[in-house]
Amino acid sequence: MHELSIALSIVEVAEEAGRNRGGRVVAVHMKLGQLSGVVKEALLSAFELAREGTELAQAELVIEEVPLVIHCSACGADQTPESAFELRCPACGVLTNDIVSGRELEVHALEIES
Amino acid sequence: MSTSPRLVQVRQRILKRNDEAARALRSRFQEAGVYVVSLVSSPGAGKTALLECVLRALRDRYRVAALVGDLATDNDARRLARAEVPVKQITTGTVCHLEAEMIASALEGWRLDELDFLFIENVGNLVCPSTFDLGEDLRLVLFSVTEGEDKPLKYPTIFNTADVAIITKVDLAAAVEFDAAEAHRSIQAVRPGMEIFHVSAKTGQGMEEWLSFLESQLLKAEKSFSRER
Repeated sequence: MHELSIALSIVEVAEEAGRNRGGRVVAVHMKLGQLSGVVKEALLSAFELAREGTELAQAELVIEEVPLVIHCSACGADQTPESAFELRCPACGVLTNDIVSGRELEVHALEIES
Repeated sequence: MSTSPRLVQVRQRILKRNDEAARALRSRFQEAGVYVVSLVSSPGAGKTALLECVLRALRDRYRVAALVGDLATDNDARRLARAEVPVKQITTGTVCHLEAEMIASALEGWRLDELDFLFIENVGNLVCPSTFDLGEDLRLVLFSVTEGEDKPLKYPTIFNTADVAIITKVDLAAAVEFDAAEAHRSIQAVRPGMEIFHVSAKTGQGMEEWLSFLESQLLKAEKSFSRER
């Protein structure tokens, strides 16, 4: 259950960012890559625990899932593999570890009430 | 009267704190000229057995040490200490993985510049450790022939974040009808280009090849280490 560690970090990051911008954080928007190793549902439950007793006690966590995209050197294009966890270009069948997106684990925006 | 909330862009890595701690560790390791290898696998894949073999094989020619993470007990540290090298147990309590700050505090009082290799055995878990950078130079993922050839497909993230795969307990391969080609296909699907070793800590099979790879990695890294030897 590393989702709890992740959720505690989200609270920490958002509290700090909210304080710097002088307001109450009402929602945290984050990007979660398909290959980040974090499960959305588990993270949402963990966030409910992690926010208790903090400045984010009422804040909502909004998760945007980011699909896996690889760059295929054979066809020179960014592609989304057919199978989520096989890094194979759907156009030419080549395997590549050149990951363009899908590893995201970041807070990208906050909704702040002043 | 409250106004409607405003949306503020922040773009911040959630694991910023761990990443910063890992970066600090990495530069300490670099400065000290120690090559750091971490091991991840499911519980029971044979991390401790492999590590005990590696420590014994390297201790006469190199200065080696190990950190070992477990939820509870210091059984693994006691096993590794039989290799007569410095070993420290990190007991994580309820935490299912190691984090960079745990490594930093476990290393307090250690002279890193007196080491050539430092091994970090993570908690047995194929999910959680994948997300946390420990500042290591090389991350090994182990899986044993008894676990099934499709293990990498079931746990793609940990395989994708590792640098090298080691298939362990190969002395049991025939008994469990292990299909090596299938296992390789699974690994390559989730981590194209990954180097794979086959090892038995029990019989020593494949150990020589694995150790010479490890030594070559140290040599390669030392070129970039700032310290003069």
